[in-house]
Amino acid sequence: MNFWNDPLKIAADWLTGVFTGWGMTPVAANVLIAFLGTLLLITILMVIDIFLVWIERKIVARFQDRIGPNRLGPFGLIQPFADIIKLMIKEDTTPQGADKVVYNLAPMLSMMSVLILWAIVPLAPVMLGVDLNAGMLFIIAAGSIGTLSIIMAGWSSNNKFSVIGAFRQVAVMISFEVPMLAVMLIPTIFAGSMGLNDIIQSQNIWFFFLSPLAALIFLIAAIAELGRAPFDLAEGESELVAGFNIEYSGMKFGMFYAGELLHAFTFGGFWAIMFFGGYRFFGLEKVSPFLAIAVLVFKAMLGYWVIMWVRYTVMRIRIDQMLAFNWKFLTPVSFVLVMVTALMNALLKGADGWLYVTGMILSNVIVGWVSLEIARSAAKQERERIEGPKQVVEAHH
Amino acid sequence: MTGEQVIFLIVGAVTLLSGFMVVTVRNLVHAALWLVATLFGVAIVYTLLNAGFLAVVQVVVYIGAIAILFIFAVMLTRREAAETGAPLNNNWWVGALMAGLTFSGLVYLLQTWSGFSKTASTIPSGFDAISQLGAALTSPQGYVLPFEVASVLLLAALVGAVYLAFNKK
Repeated sequence: MNFWNDPLKIAADWLTGVFTGWGMTPVAANVLIAFLGTLLLITILMVIDIFLVWIERKIVARFQDRIGPNRLGPFGLIQPFADIIKLMIKEDTTPQGADKVVYNLAPMLSMMSVLILWAIVPLAPVMLGVDLNAGMLFIIAAGSIGTLSIIMAGWSSNNKFSVIGAFRQVAVMISFEVPMLAVMLIPTIFAGSMGLNDIIQSQNIWFFFLSPLAALIFLIAAIAELGRAPFDLAEGESELVAGFNIEYSGMKFGMFYAGELLHAFTFGGFWAIMFFGGYRFFGLEKVSPFLAIAVLVFKAMLGYWVIMWVRYTVMRIRIDQMLAFNWKFLTPVSFVLVMVTALMNALLKGADGWLYVTGMILSNVIVGWVSLEIARSAAKQERERIEGPKQVVEAHH
Repeated sequence: MTGEQVIFLIVGAVTLLSGFMVVTVRNLVHAALWLVATLFGVAIVYTLLNAGFLAVVQVVVYIGAIAILFIFAVMLTRREAAETGAPLNNNWWVGALMAGLTFSGLVYLLQTWSGFSKTASTIPSGFDAISQLGAALTSPQGYVLPFEVASVLLLAALVGAVYLAFNKK
């Protein structure tokens, strides 16, 4: 086996040899190697995170018909480093009456809730932290730590604006967890497993083509979970100044900001893993694990771009609209979709591949169409209730 | 002592300490946060027992839903998060006695159980705990009836909550 086929194993074997040569027990060497691997992954993620700042700024500029950072280095590539230096040397303020321990713990937990997600991301067939058989639930569990960090930040800052921002953000997050978990069951039904590597391995046809509606609902729920526009009402700068992180300065604010960007990139990755085949691309992943990583990062970047595209195109909605949209539309639709998919899967299990795909797509189209029709008639009734019955204006002669 | 036992002892000590802090700390939001630490410790104990699914569910349900709900309730209903009255009343020794008796009773009962001193059997690789759990919860020979009864009970609670909160115009 050579280095290009299984780099992690070769490196681990080599390091075990070195460490045991130093007189370490094999168990201690394994623990140290696992620690080094985690450190390497986190370091690479943080470096990617630095460039995500540049990507985000450059792309928002294009959406708003500007050029974006362009002074420092080629294409403004050195700009994020200047940003970091500025964040580092800013005064670190703590508001009066703040709960110091909780206040300082919140940014760390926020960053941690994102980094912990990468423990289960399969970068390549042989490169993954843990192949957890409850991988899908792990994503939601990590999200709940993020929710906790936001409520901690909002409460400990001793500021009314940050408390209101935290309330709104947490309301969004715990509401959209429900449809998200429901549509995550759809790839689970197709793959017969909750482990992310199994889900990728069973995508001979991308699950997007089997259930486009589930992919769409997952994207909407992910955007809400990230607190990005049109669901960025926690930030609502015209009403709340900046939301739950209003009192944070310097690198503590930087942790929230970097965490948000990395979270968006990570959810782009999960979208790719669940519905677009993850690291698989016409057998390219079998050539080398490095190509597999490149494919996954490319797909994750595309997902991240779609999230940005939505963010900079759609307007912010109000909290009552957001809650009504989630509880009265998205949640029922996703539950019905899960039931229909499970039923169709049971009916078409032994069927021919094309029949299976057609049946799945048809059931998706029907569920989507019926739910849109119901929403349309409900909206029509609501409009008539507010505006009164439509008055026919007759032309006078 | 194996590494696993060392981790268990550390986690157990941290869990007990945070559990103690939950009931003694004055600030209610702090108490809820210590509760989160306690529940997280229990999740780690599940992981040590090779019950990864249960550990993840513990985090989702208890930290993601229940602890957040506690914090919400405290923040929405009280102006001052800190409790001002005395934390203990005159009956504290009765409570301590009952807790001690329950603990020693449980230890006594467990000591008479044959599995108490056995080491856990190793789980074969490729053992799919989730499939086993799913089959157990849905097969008629397994636990389908308790599972369904619990589901109906939860649904009834949900409908009841909606009915109570429903604003009749």
